[in-house]
Amino acid sequence: MRTIRIGSGAGYSGDRIEPALELAEKGDIQYLVFECLGERTVALAQQARMKNPESGYDPLLEERMRAVLPVCAAKGIKVVTNMGAANPEAAARKTVEIAKSLGLPSLKIAAVVGDDVLDACKQSDLPIMEFDGTIRQLGNRLLSANAYLGAEPMARALSGGADVVITGRASDPALFLAPMIHAFGWAMDDWNLLGQGTVAGHLLECAGQVTGGYFADPGYKDVAGLARLGFPIGEVGEDGSLVITKVAGSGGEVSARTCKEQLLYEVHDPRRYIQPDVVADFSQVKVEEVAPDRVRISGGRGTERTGTLKVSVGYVDSFIGEGQISYAGPGALARGRLALEIVRERLKLTGIAASELRFDLIGVDSLHGAQVSAHANEPYEVRIRVAGRTENLREAVRIGNEVETLYTNGPAGGGGAFKSARDVVAVASVLLPRDRATPQVRFFGA
Amino acid sequence: MKLREIAHSRTGDKGNISNISVIAYDAKHYPLLLEQVTSERVKAHFAGVVEGEVVRYELPNIAALNFVMDRALGGGVTRSLALDAHGKSLSSALLDLDIAPASGEK
Repeated sequence: MRTIRIGSGAGYSGDRIEPALELAEKGDIQYLVFECLGERTVALAQQARMKNPESGYDPLLEERMRAVLPVCAAKGIKVVTNMGAANPEAAARKTVEIAKSLGLPSLKIAAVVGDDVLDACKQSDLPIMEFDGTIRQLGNRLLSANAYLGAEPMARALSGGADVVITGRASDPALFLAPMIHAFGWAMDDWNLLGQGTVAGHLLECAGQVTGGYFADPGYKDVAGLARLGFPIGEVGEDGSLVITKVAGSGGEVSARTCKEQLLYEVHDPRRYIQPDVVADFSQVKVEEVAPDRVRISGGRGTERTGTLKVSVGYVDSFIGEGQISYAGPGALARGRLALEIVRERLKLTGIAASELRFDLIGVDSLHGAQVSAHANEPYEVRIRVAGRTENLREAVRIGNEVETLYTNGPAGGGGAFKSARDVVAVASVLLPRDRATPQVRFFGA
Repeated sequence: MKLREIAHSRTGDKGNISNISVIAYDAKHYPLLLEQVTSERVKAHFAGVVEGEVVRYELPNIAALNFVMDRALGGGVTRSLALDAHGKSLSSALLDLDIAPASGEK
C-alpha cells in the first residue's frame, strides 16, 4: 500500500521556524505544510494590500521559505501553505524571487486564488451568523470577505507539478487533505476517506499542539524538551490509515493523550465537523499507541459536503483603550481595588464614552472573573487592568490615561504603568452558496 | 477529589463559542465523568463567564466529553476586552471541579 508522510511546519503565523527545518532534514517527509493564517489575519492583510498592491501576504514568508526551500528542493519535498493571506499571487512572485536568489531557479510555484469573495458578498445580503444583522448593514466598515476553500484547487496545483502551493483562506485541514487527494487520487465524493483525511489534517494543523505543546501540567502531565519541541508528521496510507509521529530525538511527546486533546480542539459537535469538502465525523475515532511517539488513529468518517462555504468577514468593529499598573507588598490587593474604584469614578466624571468596560485584578480575577475566582488567596502583588470599548481612537486613549495618572493621583506605590489604544478589526461569518466562489490555480516561475 | 486527578482538558475557540474537552486519563473513570460532569454543573461552574447555553457531547471511544459553551468569550475572540480573549485558560478552571469518588474507590 502506498503511504505518504506529511510534516506540519507551523501551527500559527508566528510559530517557531527551526522545527520545520528539522522535519525537512530528518523527517523523511514528502510534503511540508505551513498553517499560518489566523481568523482575522486576512482582514488585516487586506488593509495592507490596499496600501501596497505587492503586500498582503504573511510577513514571515521570506524567513520560512529561505529556511526550508534548499532542503525541500534537494529532497523533492513539496510545500503547501496559506501564507498567501490576502495576496497569494504576490506571495508566489516573492517566492520565485527567493528561490532564484537561493540558486533554485527551476522551482515551480503555484498560487490558489478565488477565496476573495467580497464582491459576491456585497451583491447579496447574507445574514451574519454571530449576531443579528446582515453583511450589507456593515456598510463601509466591511473590509474583507474570504471563503474557506477546500483541498481540490491545491491538489490540482500539486498535480500540475507545483513544488510550492500558496493559498489565501482555505480550511486548515484541507492544506493536509490536498497532498492525500493528489498522491492517492481519492474521489471528491468518497466521504469516509475525506473524513478520515480531515481527522489527519485536524490533528496536524496546529503543529506542536499534538506533540506536547499547549499540554504540560507539571506533576500531572510532564513533557520533556518543550524548548526543542518536535513538530508532527502524519503517516497516511491510501486507505486512510494514519499514524501521528515526530522526528526521533526531538522534544515533546506523541501519545494517546496528546492526540485526544488535539482531536477535540476547536470542535463542536464531533459528528458534524463541517469542512468545505466533507462533513467529517470524529465520534467513532480510536486512538492507539503502537510504539513510543507513534499513535495510530482510525475510525474517522464523513458524510456529504454542504451546499455552502463558510466566509470569514472582516470589519472595523470598534476601538479598545487599555491601562495597567501594579501594586505589591502588604495591602497590595486593597490598593489595587482602590485604584480600580478611582478609575471607575474618573471615567464617569470625565464623561468618557465607552460602550463596554472591564475592570480586572491580574493575579486575582482577570482570567475567569470575580465569581469563579472567589476563593483565590491574597497575592503578594497585583496588577490592575482597565479596558474599554469606544467609537473612536481619541476616547480609547483617554482610558489608558486615566490608569496612568494613578502614578501621582492614586494609591501608594503604583508602578509599571502601561497604556494602549487600538482599532479593532473583528471577524464574523456568513454562509455563501458554493457556486459563488471559483478557485483558480496560477503558476509562477520555472 | 478534584476533576484534575482523573481527567485532562483543552480549550478551543471559535468566535464567541468556547469548547472544553474533558478526557479521562483512565477509561475506567469515564462513567464518573458521565455522571458528574454535566452541562448544568459546567454552566454553574462558569457563572459570570458563560452567558449562553452549555451543550455536552459524549465520546466513549476515547473516554472523553466535549462541552460547547455559547457566548463565552466576551463577544468573540477578535473583539473581546478580556486579557485571555481566546479563553485558553478556561480548561484549567474546569479541572478544579469537585468529583465524588465512585463507591469502592478512595
